[in-house]
Amino acid sequence: MTPILSVRQVAKRYGQRYGCREVSFDLYPGEVLCIVGESGSGKSTLLSTLAGKLAADEGEVTFRDVNGTEHDLLTLAEADRRRLARTEWGFVTQHARDGLRMNVSAGANVSERLMALGQRHYGELRATAGEWLEKVEISAERLDDRPSQFSGGMQQRLQIARNLVTKPRLVFMDEPTGGLDVSVQARFLDLLRRLVHETGIAVIMVTHDLGVARLLAHRTLVMQQGRVVEAGLTDQILDDPQHPYTQLLVSSILQA
Amino acid sequence: MNIEYNYGFLDENTKRMLRRGLLKAVAIPGYQVPFGSREMPLPYGWGTGGIQVTASIIGSDDTLKVIDQGADDTTNAVNIRRFFGRVAEVATTEKTSEATVIQTRHRIPETALKSGQIMVFQVPEPEPLRTLEASEVETRQLHAHQEYGLMHVKLYEDIARYGHIATSYDYPVMVNGRYLTSPSPIPKFDNPKLHQSPALLLFGAGREKRLYAIPPYTDVESLAFDDHPFDVQTWDSHCALCGSTESYLDEIITDDAGSRMFVCSDTDYCATHQQEAKQ
Repeated sequence: MTPILSVRQVAKRYGQRYGCREVSFDLYPGEVLCIVGESGSGKSTLLSTLAGKLAADEGEVTFRDVNGTEHDLLTLAEADRRRLARTEWGFVTQHARDGLRMNVSAGANVSERLMALGQRHYGELRATAGEWLEKVEISAERLDDRPSQFSGGMQQRLQIARNLVTKPRLVFMDEPTGGLDVSVQARFLDLLRRLVHETGIAVIMVTHDLGVARLLAHRTLVMQQGRVVEAGLTDQILDDPQHPYTQLLVSSILQA
Repeated sequence: MNIEYNYGFLDENTKRMLRRGLLKAVAIPGYQVPFGSREMPLPYGWGTGGIQVTASIIGSDDTLKVIDQGADDTTNAVNIRRFFGRVAEVATTEKTSEATVIQTRHRIPETALKSGQIMVFQVPEPEPLRTLEASEVETRQLHAHQEYGLMHVKLYEDIARYGHIATSYDYPVMVNGRYLTSPSPIPKFDNPKLHQSPALLLFGAGREKRLYAIPPYTDVESLAFDDHPFDVQTWDSHCALCGSTESYLDEIITDDAGSRMFVCSDTDYCATHQQEAKQ
């Protein structure tokens, strides 16, 4: 199997300091990769760099699209990057209001990507949007409500629907469970796990919550001060941490 | 005190800048060209963009018509006409067929335009995506990459809320199959007149400092959905003054009891029609 995303020695500098550096990994189709670490460890910087929202300063990132064509994301033309972002990628933000259009209905939010791809049949758009709302456990009756009338958990699920509606192959998630309380979080993760399984998308998720990594991720990267200090299968890392910082992280989880 | 103004009020360098901008606008139909908008002797929102465009293209052999919501006799139209009569010594007219330059606020005359005529539109907001995307940097990117899905979000929202596309003026159009463009706040009734128009259509936004153009015989398509096609307003009644059933009608309340009548918004068209009826 060939990786969907290959990352080699990627670095992003802020002035003289490094936001992240010497990051290398491969991501395979259908795989969920969690990037964990404390605040300021460079995980969000890494995610934004990989998604092309920040320009990397060093290294190589190669993405293979659905036709098997390789794209060097660091030198990709803006037009091509936007096309990939529309068709092959999704991006789920921590705060739903950054990822949703709060002043238009849920249906319009879900349909936006479809319309960007040229779908022009209102009835079909609406039907698809309704299906996707049901898939993320929101009643289709709420199609015409605005996201501002939704709870935090629903907004986050709506964001998932909005991204997955065009069947992307790679979804970036930046602390999607950050603002949710634990019971809502559990439902959200459950849903996410089911959708990932059904659709076979690859996910790169940034989180500071090791529980989220345990539940979802096949593999985990641990970051500290901009570098990856440990990488491997999630269970391996959480059950048998090798690096002192990972050991500290794992031991600081409250045992309920 | 007697102040001498340059011909057409603007100085020659400013006019040259505007003409360069207009040439570029004509060369790239629908593309918004930035220009250095000047202070004009009227407030923003009253047609500072249109008046600058008119000033830069007008010559002494031109005949100018100015309309405001279709009417030749409203304050704004009368003043702009008199202004150019004074600073450019042009002949003015109320007849659409006699005019070579027509400056307009929010209407296109009912009388069909001819080749050789120039329409100048006053534009408050040249960016059709503005209500959905506040960032100018982002909207320019969207235009550059022709990413116009966002505009359909607005139309979708209209249908979801009102059951039909409720946008009735400033209805977005695709010019020459490339640039999404605001037709200025003309009623969507006038949108079909933009398509393959024999006249040159120039647009000026003074506050937003943008020029754009639709050259003669250019394809202009109003956006729509496959199952909700574009249509224009219709009325049950006809014009109470001239009896026209084809023109854009304004509803006028005539007394405190709520009596109302529908009359043509285009005063020249209505007067011509009335006269024809008398003969």
